[in-house]
Amino acid sequence: MRASSPRLGPAVAAITVALPMIAVLIAVVHGATGTDAELWAHLREHVLARVVANTVILVVGVVAIAAVLGTSLAWLTAACEFPGRAFFSWALLLPMAMPAYVLAFVAVATLDYAGAVPAALRGWFGDGFPVPPIRSTGGTIAVLALAGYPYVYLMARGAFLTHGARVLEAAQSLGLGPWVGLFRVAVPLARPWLAGGAALVAMETLADFGAVSVFNYDTFTTAIYQAWFGLFSIETALGLALFLLVLVAAALAVEHIARGRARFAAADAGVRRAERLRLPGARGCCAFAFAATVFALGFLLPAVALAGWAWDVAAIDLDSRYLGYIVRTLGLAGMAALACLALALVLGYAARVADGAVTRTASRVATLGYAIPGTVLAVGVVSALGAIDDRWRALAGGEGLWLQGTVFALLLGYVARFLAVAHGPVIGGFTRIRPSLEEAARSLGLSTREVVSRLHLPLLGAGIGTAALLVFVDVMKEMPITLMTRPFGWDTLAVRVFEMTAEGEWERAALPSLAIVVAGLLPVALLTWRMERAARAA
Amino acid sequence: MSVLIALLGRLVAVYALAAVAWAGPAPAAGEPLVVYSARKYQLVEQLFLEYGRERGIEVKSVTDDGAPLIQRLTAEGAKSPADVFISVDAGDLWRATEAGLLSPVKSPMLESAIPAHLRDPAGHWFGLAVRARTIAYSTERVKPAELSTYAALGDARWNGKLCLRSGKAVYNQSLVAMMIGDIGEEATERLVRSWVANLAAEPFSNDTLLLKAIAAGQCDVGIVNTYYLGRLQHEAQGFPVQIFWADQKGRGTHVNISGGGVTAHAKNRAEAIRFLEWLASPDIQQRFAAVNFEFPANEGVDPLPEVKAWGEFKPNLVNVGTIGKTQSAAVMLIDRAGWH
Amino acid sequence: MRLELREVSKSFGDITAIDRLSFSVGAGRIGCLLGPSGSGKSTVLRSIAGFERPDAGEVLAGGELLSGRGTWVPPERRRIGMVFQDFALFPHLDALANVAFGLHAEDRDKRRRRALEMLELVGLAAEAGRFPHELSGGQQQRVSLARALAPRPRIVLLDEPFSNLDADVRTELAQQVRAALVAEGATALLVTHDQREAFAIAHEIGVLRAGRLEQWDAPWRLYHSPATRFVADFVGEGTFIQGTVLGPGRVSTELGVIEGELSTDQPPGTHVDLLLRPDDVIHDDASELRAEVVERAFRGAQFRYKLRLPSGATALSFVPSHHDHAIGEHIGIRLDAQHLVGFPRG
Repeated sequence: MRASSPRLGPAVAAITVALPMIAVLIAVVHGATGTDAELWAHLREHVLARVVANTVILVVGVVAIAAVLGTSLAWLTAACEFPGRAFFSWALLLPMAMPAYVLAFVAVATLDYAGAVPAALRGWFGDGFPVPPIRSTGGTIAVLALAGYPYVYLMARGAFLTHGARVLEAAQSLGLGPWVGLFRVAVPLARPWLAGGAALVAMETLADFGAVSVFNYDTFTTAIYQAWFGLFSIETALGLALFLLVLVAAALAVEHIARGRARFAAADAGVRRAERLRLPGARGCCAFAFAATVFALGFLLPAVALAGWAWDVAAIDLDSRYLGYIVRTLGLAGMAALACLALALVLGYAARVADGAVTRTASRVATLGYAIPGTVLAVGVVSALGAIDDRWRALAGGEGLWLQGTVFALLLGYVARFLAVAHGPVIGGFTRIRPSLEEAARSLGLSTREVVSRLHLPLLGAGIGTAALLVFVDVMKEMPITLMTRPFGWDTLAVRVFEMTAEGEWERAALPSLAIVVAGLLPVALLTWRMERAARAA
Repeated sequence: MSVLIALLGRLVAVYALAAVAWAGPAPAAGEPLVVYSARKYQLVEQLFLEYGRERGIEVKSVTDDGAPLIQRLTAEGAKSPADVFISVDAGDLWRATEAGLLSPVKSPMLESAIPAHLRDPAGHWFGLAVRARTIAYSTERVKPAELSTYAALGDARWNGKLCLRSGKAVYNQSLVAMMIGDIGEEATERLVRSWVANLAAEPFSNDTLLLKAIAAGQCDVGIVNTYYLGRLQHEAQGFPVQIFWADQKGRGTHVNISGGGVTAHAKNRAEAIRFLEWLASPDIQQRFAAVNFEFPANEGVDPLPEVKAWGEFKPNLVNVGTIGKTQSAAVMLIDRAGWH
Repeated sequence: MRLELREVSKSFGDITAIDRLSFSVGAGRIGCLLGPSGSGKSTVLRSIAGFERPDAGEVLAGGELLSGRGTWVPPERRRIGMVFQDFALFPHLDALANVAFGLHAEDRDKRRRRALEMLELVGLAAEAGRFPHELSGGQQQRVSLARALAPRPRIVLLDEPFSNLDADVRTELAQQVRAALVAEGATALLVTHDQREAFAIAHEIGVLRAGRLEQWDAPWRLYHSPATRFVADFVGEGTFIQGTVLGPGRVSTELGVIEGELSTDQPPGTHVDLLLRPDDVIHDDASELRAEVVERAFRGAQFRYKLRLPSGATALSFVPSHHDHAIGEHIGIRLDAQHLVGFPRG
């Protein structure tokens, strides 16, 4: 290992990934003009208080419900035995393949006043039958929580499978029942993982535009869009985005603290497998009903509704182009997953060999993008690459775009947005490798490169897989960055969904939506398969 | 570290392969024409392909909402590959012009085909299809005689019976912007507040939902773009909602356009102008409007029979471009009035 | 191969971990650094392995300079094997693959043969296919040793190799480890805070205190001729009684005049503290010297008595267990010391 290499890696990764952010900041400073005072006054008086309150309510509500759903379902499938447990243990991850904006429009289309369900209820029970409005704060929270809980479920289940058996025994030896044990021992022990999952959900919710737009629920993100595209004040929009960043920094700090504990908690290896707690009779049925309800609402019913609509329009809309959409969607998701993974590995490795201020700052900057609305990031990418293009032309001559409008720009946006998703599992994996293992390998004559390939990568295996698959699924669902930075001919399934939903044609949007869900099932199935295998190996 | 380099190497290879395999149809002879279109793919694709075939060139396009496309054009500046910008809102065209993103075009053909109030006097943009934003009502619970003007929807009789789309929708902002131009900011704000007070439900995120809510009985009247009703009527015979032309005794119904212009830095300017002229020609006009149940901008061309069945109406003849000037004021007014 | 350290120093911030340390271990010998925790022993080991970079001084193996005078050989090129306190077995590999991990022979069979040979050496050939978590602590330890020895390193370092194991396994394992090291003709350096481990394995032992070497000597000499009060105290059990030098090899104490080799060459009349080992104090009912039993610990074959002398000073004595005396009893003792260790009283 050359002395310079541990610091070069994170610096390169951080600069690449921070480019959009830096460009955005430059744009803020650059574009600050005098006309903003009036707008700010307007926003302060009529907009900010409301959207801040809305955003806080939304994030708190979504995170709370997602955490409760994710944790309790993970505990049920990891440490208990009830009818259907084997099925639900993987099926409960499937909602991850369902984009929040798709879940949102399916919910509104079927559950709003004019939708099939309330219409049927009114038909049976008369016009006066009260149906709670889906287009409400509660409805918005419910849909985003259903879309987000799998992140908590995934993390919590991993933790429970590692610690669950031991925890249960410890709790029993102290005379605590299994449910008391869950709250007094298992949850505190799994807290770092739970917090990691909850932070992902919180950031996803903060940055969401698609789902809240369907509900017409105003958040900080919609205010940014409005300032930008309604008032056409990029400065104001970016100012708001900066404000949002403060919230994000807080969320990241929470996750950082959580990770700090995770290192401590993971130091203890050597897992034994214990019997699952058998839930008898009625309690087993309750567990089944609970898991089945979440699965039905989060995946099965929406998928059935999508399939029904898709069937109706498939005759007109489904043609050979769909093969292209699917291949491009999978290809972009795959490339982005690999890129995020590679950079996350660089950051993780750098943090391991040189845990200094540079690496820590680099990691923080690099993972900030997850909570930033995609459009803000996209504009950052376009302006940053534009500046590079200008330099390039000045040096090499020629004209036209060099990096702008290429797949590279698109991937850069994805990486900026989703690196945080890959970063968590990779860092988690690295902290589980004891330093003495590396020293042992080096004392056996292995070079730095061999340590990475023969020790780090094999030991990171599970973490790498989880990281790549999470990014893959997230990129498949991504919309605003794809829309704004895709090159010609790179339309994906999400672009098709946008084009249909933008025209209010939700039934026609069902076809590409269903295609996203089906294509997303593959990586989610892989993810669950890995999880099951890890559980069996333990 | 070299493992990562190898990984990245593979990534680049995958990209190269994918780019070759899936970057769309092979380019035809001649410079391609590049279109940034806020009019969505399903509404323009066939025409783009047809024009390309006719001219022996490739028509490349990206779609997005109007405002992000304007942002993209701004960020790309002089290097932008775009030759033509197509919008679905006159405000967006005005804004693109203000930002210097469109260049003036002198075309006798376009000037004769498109009426003056549907195009920029200096030729920066031309309307290609007209959509009216007017009142929709339940044929089961409302008689047309009860309706008159946009302002009358704020009357007490519609309390709890009015449905509106979100105030963040650009079409509503354009409607309010036009009203500000017509009756001033103060009167407009009073009017918008009276609408908000009459709402039967939280504003909807699109017009289709709104129309279905009227049909289902959640409310009796609403304000929509005509083509959304056209689609629903086309899908379901006897859809119990009908169009009422607002303000016929006054200034006329608010119309907006889907239109296009040649970009300031077009690489293929001659082709871009020819393309707009082609879109404005009678045959193409008919299809351009028909695919979306709109009115052709070219007055010599008939709309679809279903669209014609809504009857003749007097449009507000103020130039649609003036909407843009008051749009910011409209957005702030909507915020103040609590129209979310 | 001979291991040599010359004037090696290493500080972490304000804390000096090792201070101008010099010693050498001859080829094929087993050396040991003994010291309390925080004495810098692990830093010495890590500096030799190349995991720490000394601030000054030289480290040599077989005459080749590994670090110092501007030279720095990275750990992977030092050919120095290491056995870690936590064994550091690779959890994704079975025992055989762990042992073969550091073998770079071109031919797979050769690597496998050598790894099996090493597992046989540590008595674990039957466990070759087991994964680390399927092995007991002692077995993991032996796999770890086999892994370190397999590439035929110039030197093997063992970092507190038995501290994670049960007491009853340690002694036996220490003998096995020693046998394996000797069989391979390896030069080894062990660090530990446990003198029994040190005595069981090492040919020579260095006692480390606050980063400085107090004494480097054979185990027997360390015990019977400690060079410093610290070594005397740290190595083995013992107490001090006051005495006055009468002449060469003669010291007067409250237990009478003692004659023997005196470690310090002090002029007559010097007041000294004289080290009494438990085995120097013999229980003898016939003796006139009497001491009061203040503590007793039954150790099977022996009692370990703590005795109060007439002056109030204490002494320790190992007594065959059929001599069962109660606390408070006065018993007869006599001294049987050939090696007198005295330090001038300061």
